[in-house]
Amino acid sequence: MIDFTPSEDQLAFREMAEGFALNELRPNAIEWDEAKHFPTDVLAQAGALGLGAIYTRDDVGGSGLGRVDSVMIFEALAKGCPTIAAYISIHNMCCWMIDTYGTGDQRAAWCPKLATMDTLASYCLTEPGAGSDASALSTRAVKDGDDYLLTGQKQFISGAGTSDVYIVMARTGDAGPGGISAFLVEKDTPGLSFGANERKMGWNAQPTRTVNMDNMRVPAANMLGAEGKGFNIAMSGLNGGRINIAACSLGGAQAALDATVAYMRDRKAFGKALIAMPTLQFRLAEMATKVEVARTILWRAASSLDAKAPEATTLCAMAKQFVTDECFNVANDALQLHGGYGYLSEYGIEKIVRDLRVHQILEGTNEIMRLIVSRSVIAEN
Amino acid sequence: MKVLVPVKRVIDYNVKVRVKADGSGVDLANVKMSMNPFDEIAVEEAIRLKEAGVATEIVAVSIGVKQAQETLRTALAMGADRAILVVAADDVHQDIEPLAVAKILKGVIDAEEPGLVIAGKQAIDNDMNATGQMLAALLGWGQATFASELTVEGDHATVTREVDGGLQTIKVTLPAIVTADLRLNEPRYASLPNIMKAKKKPMEEKTAADYGVDVTPRLQVVGTAEPAARQAGEMVGSVDELVAKLKAAGAI
Ligand SMILES: Cc1cc2nc3c(=O)[nH]c(=O)nc-3n(C[C@H](O)[C@H](O)[C@H](O)COP(=O)(O)OP(=O)(O)OC[C@H]3O[C@@H](n4cnc5c(N)ncnc54)[C@H](O)[C@@H]3O)c2cc1C
Repeated sequence: MIDFTPSEDQLAFREMAEGFALNELRPNAIEWDEAKHFPTDVLAQAGALGLGAIYTRDDVGGSGLGRVDSVMIFEALAKGCPTIAAYISIHNMCCWMIDTYGTGDQRAAWCPKLATMDTLASYCLTEPGAGSDASALSTRAVKDGDDYLLTGQKQFISGAGTSDVYIVMARTGDAGPGGISAFLVEKDTPGLSFGANERKMGWNAQPTRTVNMDNMRVPAANMLGAEGKGFNIAMSGLNGGRINIAACSLGGAQAALDATVAYMRDRKAFGKALIAMPTLQFRLAEMATKVEVARTILWRAASSLDAKAPEATTLCAMAKQFVTDECFNVANDALQLHGGYGYLSEYGIEKIVRDLRVHQILEGTNEIMRLIVSRSVIAEN
Repeated sequence: MKVLVPVKRVIDYNVKVRVKADGSGVDLANVKMSMNPFDEIAVEEAIRLKEAGVATEIVAVSIGVKQAQETLRTALAMGADRAILVVAADDVHQDIEPLAVAKILKGVIDAEEPGLVIAGKQAIDNDMNATGQMLAALLGWGQATFASELTVEGDHATVTREVDGGLQTIKVTLPAIVTADLRLNEPRYASLPNIMKAKKKPMEEKTAADYGVDVTPRLQVVGTAEPAARQAGEMVGSVDELVAKLKAAGAI
């Protein structure tokens, strides 16, 4: 038997996260989106609840939970606001990378303050000339005595300009993934600057900027993991990152579906409630099925990561592609079922659609997810 | 000082309540249950007293079905130190009446000897608003109900009460019963690490018989009905039309 029943603990985690999402995030989500406001005070509140370092070990202030726990929590948070939930997921990924690959000193220096979210983190892999083909990145890190000098530009960095620490993947060696190392860079480092906040379709409640490095001096002690291991570290962070982002799509889709059912009870057309129309009932059934199938593959992928199973990377890629595509479709259907009101920002549905759209693009596009899956399918046969 | 907080497992305030087909009560099968919101406020107040160095230990007590242990876990995750579950029913639909609850709580209090009891002013399922008062009477203690502010100094507590038309501030000698109103505080969420730690905190299990209390209902529910469905509204074109309609309806 495979048991899909959440444990008593998981129910309690989820209940807390949902309470926080519905009371602290949802009532403000539309306003933050319109004002492009990044609510760092609310993030600190989340940090105080252990949400900043969910799967970081507890000796450095983390909550010490697993990946299935985490996706349940991110789904619950995204019911309040997918954008804030997604930033929290990126922050969690960074904290986990330092916990997993950092030295004792690095863990002690960064994880406790990242856990409380008084200090925020950003993940810097993408460059203007290297997105999907991230291992072709060209930011250079040149050894200079006990330091490295970093020069280059990172594109689309979530949280940039506000975050206090940046995990930067830079080239210390030859072309290809083996020549890349990861560095921990503090915000006030001379030579570090940020571009303007990008104007974008969704995810407006968190900033996206370029990160520019001009002969930026970073102590060699700030290298995260061994030299040449930066790309592996970046990818292993993304395994968890991908299912967390997928969980954010799931929470958004579930919230849109719930709102749609409530709306269809009240809204009448042709003399009866929308909810009483068989064709629309069928649409609801399809949406609910998609959400449930999405949740199932997500929990399966998360559980493979908890088990450190060899197929985890493939399952995480499958889950990321399937969940973010199908949940976007569900949110879009929810908009359709709201009629013209779905298109108005007041109802909150169009924001969910805009927010979920980017989950199909970032942390590896859904084409790249298919590439990862197809490679493993072909290799196995 | 030890603070005792009774907490009740009730239907979650977000759930759309459905009446059972036979009208005997509210359908609780497969419905989300949570801690009574006023009890959450009571737990929060006890934790704040502990943080302020006034309280030394917080004991949460729940009386009802075995599943009430989930409610107690919530109290422990918020910050209570230990819990006592008094199993008094095995059917989730059996409500233990205020007098029986008060009698059991008296038994618990005789054994625990707390310096202060903070309860919710009422449970949102039956809205009885009786347990705290009955308990005070059974114990012969002072009571300060509907508290919106509480300070403890030495052997007495100063409590601001929300009464009709305003606020009343009273002083009660401890030990006493305080019941929490909505504005007393805003309860905290239990953090993830505290949810994990709650599992390791002690939870004692008792039965109503341990306190010699017969929980057989004394009240009989004659019927339960849904509130009348909201009538469809009517759009009016002008203020004059609105006034005319209100007059016709005898509303003005
Ligand atoms: C709002 C936002 C926030 C972001 N946050 C971060 C962040 O915090 N940190 C970070 O490092 N990055 C971040 N990104 C960057 C994101 O991860 C990249 O945009 C993404 O990886 C795609 O890279 P690209 O934009 O360069 O697209 P390209 O790589 O140029 O791809 C263009 C199109 O070609 C397709 N394609 C490319 N190669 C292949 C192939 N081999 N086979 C099939 N199709 C292919 C892609 O799927 C895509 O559809 C963010 C992006 C956005 C929009």
